Amino acid sequence: MAAKEARDAVGEYKAGWHDPENATIRFDFGLSEQVVRDISALKNEPEWMTDIRVKAFHHFESRPMPTWGNMSMLEDIDFDKVCYYLRSSDATEKDWEDVPEDIRNTFDKLGIPEAEQKWLSGVTAQYESEAVYHSIREDLEQQGVIFLDMDSGLREYPEIVKEWFCSVVPYQDNKFSALNTAVWSGGSFIYVPKGVHVEMPVQAYFRINAKNMGQFERTLIIADEGSSIHYVEGCTAPTYSTDSLHSAVVELIALPGAHIRYSTVQNWSANVYNLVTKRGIAHENAKIEWVDGNIGSKLTMKYPAVILKGEGSHAEVISVAYSGKGQHQDAGAKIHHLASNTTSKILSKSISKDGGRGSYRGLVSVSPKAENCKLNVVCDALILDDGSRSDTYPTMEVANPSARCEHEASVSKVSDEQLFYLMSRGHSEEEALALIVNGFFEPFTRELPMEYAVELNKLMALEMEGSIG
Amino acid sequence: MASDTPVLGIRDLHAGIDDTPILRGIDLEIPAGEIHAIMGRNGSGKTTTANIIMGHPDFEVSEGSVELNGEDLLDMEPWERARAGVFLSFQYPQAVPGLQVGNFLRKSVAAIRGEDAAKGTEFRKRLKEAMEELDIDRSFLGRYVNDGFSGGEKKRFEILQLMLLRPKLAILDETDSGLDIDGIRTVSKGINAAVRGTDSGALIITHYSRILEHVQPDKVHVLIKGRIVKSGGPELALELEERGYDWLEEEAETTA
Repeated sequence: MAAKEARDAVGEYKAGWHDPENATIRFDFGLSEQVVRDISALKNEPEWMTDIRVKAFHHFESRPMPTWGNMSMLEDIDFDKVCYYLRSSDATEKDWEDVPEDIRNTFDKLGIPEAEQKWLSGVTAQYESEAVYHSIREDLEQQGVIFLDMDSGLREYPEIVKEWFCSVVPYQDNKFSALNTAVWSGGSFIYVPKGVHVEMPVQAYFRINAKNMGQFERTLIIADEGSSIHYVEGCTAPTYSTDSLHSAVVELIALPGAHIRYSTVQNWSANVYNLVTKRGIAHENAKIEWVDGNIGSKLTMKYPAVILKGEGSHAEVISVAYSGKGQHQDAGAKIHHLASNTTSKILSKSISKDGGRGSYRGLVSVSPKAENCKLNVVCDALILDDGSRSDTYPTMEVANPSARCEHEASVSKVSDEQLFYLMSRGHSEEEALALIVNGFFEPFTRELPMEYAVELNKLMALEMEGSIG
Repeated sequence: MASDTPVLGIRDLHAGIDDTPILRGIDLEIPAGEIHAIMGRNGSGKTTTANIIMGHPDFEVSEGSVELNGEDLLDMEPWERARAGVFLSFQYPQAVPGLQVGNFLRKSVAAIRGEDAAKGTEFRKRLKEAMEELDIDRSFLGRYVNDGFSGGEKKRFEILQLMLLRPKLAILDETDSGLDIDGIRTVSKGINAAVRGTDSGALIITHYSRILEHVQPDKVHVLIKGRIVKSGGPELALELEERGYDWLEEEAETTA
């Protein structure tokens, strides 16, 4: 059994089933101003939201495709063959028993209700375009924590949403932030009042079920002064021969002294385009952390960003990416030091296998007025076979000489000697490879809640599982 | 195991790499409870012998047999050999960044001796005792496997694994190189504890006789150009220390 054969083995995607499509409302394929207006009308939105959607739509139409990432894969997206809105359940339930059976079974299989009972403060489960289930622990509600799906957030707290919506990620930011703003549906709206610490994480889970589906959730998290919250999200989709499109926008606002940690385990099936804009603003002494795991999807382009606006604020982006057969993970981070005494840390780990391609694309900038900033960037790549590829595109724009910058990058390969060493300790070739891969990801999994870390390790073991007979 | 079947039985072993022969007919038997040593110069085939017993995929066996307690090893994958009871202490143990020592030990014990052996207080007690015996600090368990280890730490870690995995056959490939006298003494204690008075056997591969002062071998074999040219008691190691290998090479030339 050659090492290569084990590495060639294609991992099996375990979340690739699909339910019957029982849509209560389903839009025809394709996008137009009318589709955008119809979505807004369906949701009974205030006029200002309809207006911003329409403006965003026209911006999307006129904006060219990005010229980075994977341009040939981007060109293959057929925006006329996407369903931009699909509702499978007419209500967002507070009790799993009331969620339609097929959908409930799917979330059961994904382990969401179980996780909720054990270790979460609140859960929102989105299926296609809308949240089908939502809950928050009573004690948090009593402390004034707002955790809603985004549509309910807009209905119940229109002033807060209006104040912050598009304030961190304007729709003009890029083609896909424009698309999301035009057709957004679902996502999370969170407000944590001053001084409140949400001890256990809240979770959002996104499931695409239909073929050629477009999912465009929009998330807005505001952590008021001195508060803290940990938000975790997961996602999966069925495996189809046609592509689906997931394009989210996430905006985080950490007011003075607040702490937001946002963790993602992205496990879309290999036919999903994942084109996401995530950005946070950190005010004085606030802290924003993105913990970002990309395991699935066809093409991911995602660069979680932090604007360090207030003095003494801190940003961390810790990410891992796994690129298997036919996959390209173009991931990274962006951090802008606008204020003095701000610090940032980027740790990026990527693995490519079976011809997969991983890229780190990062930008760290320090503005002329920002004194005494500290930046640390580490990117490591592990390549499992000869046909796979890893690229690093790091950019640093430092306009203040007092900044202390550190940058390290490494590319390594799994060696036969490493595998032999582990096999000599009773581990099969697949197990040995999984030990190496999990070890490589350890600095990342260490940052995840334990349950997520276990889940991620299991996913990686599945990816290494192969055809040894 | 009270039978006469040796722990390790090698008969007429021919092997090489990419059509280049390295081992040219090796015969070796290690009975239960015995420690044997193979000595020889660089390139004589010592490490190749160790690798072939463990099942390194780079080497091809063209003739002969290798048996563990009478069971054929050559058709087994390396991990199957490990589970059957073969252990190799590597000359150059590999680093696995991110894999914690404690976690790795538990997983390896589970793979080789079963899940139950890797659980509970019994395992923790064994681990604690073995670490004390080898002068290894508890903080070691949180470090990554061989990552940034000094030469001495790597060798101690190999012996720690030996003590926990309790193999039937322990092969120690140049475990003494890179160790100071204290290290050799400590490591030797571990080897003796793993073999003496048990059903297991050990094969020590070395350049020098130093380690053999602490691990008294029952037999010493001299390997030259892929053949065992001489076998004897512990005194042979001392003789080699004094006289070198030239005289044996000349002997081997004339009998070849």
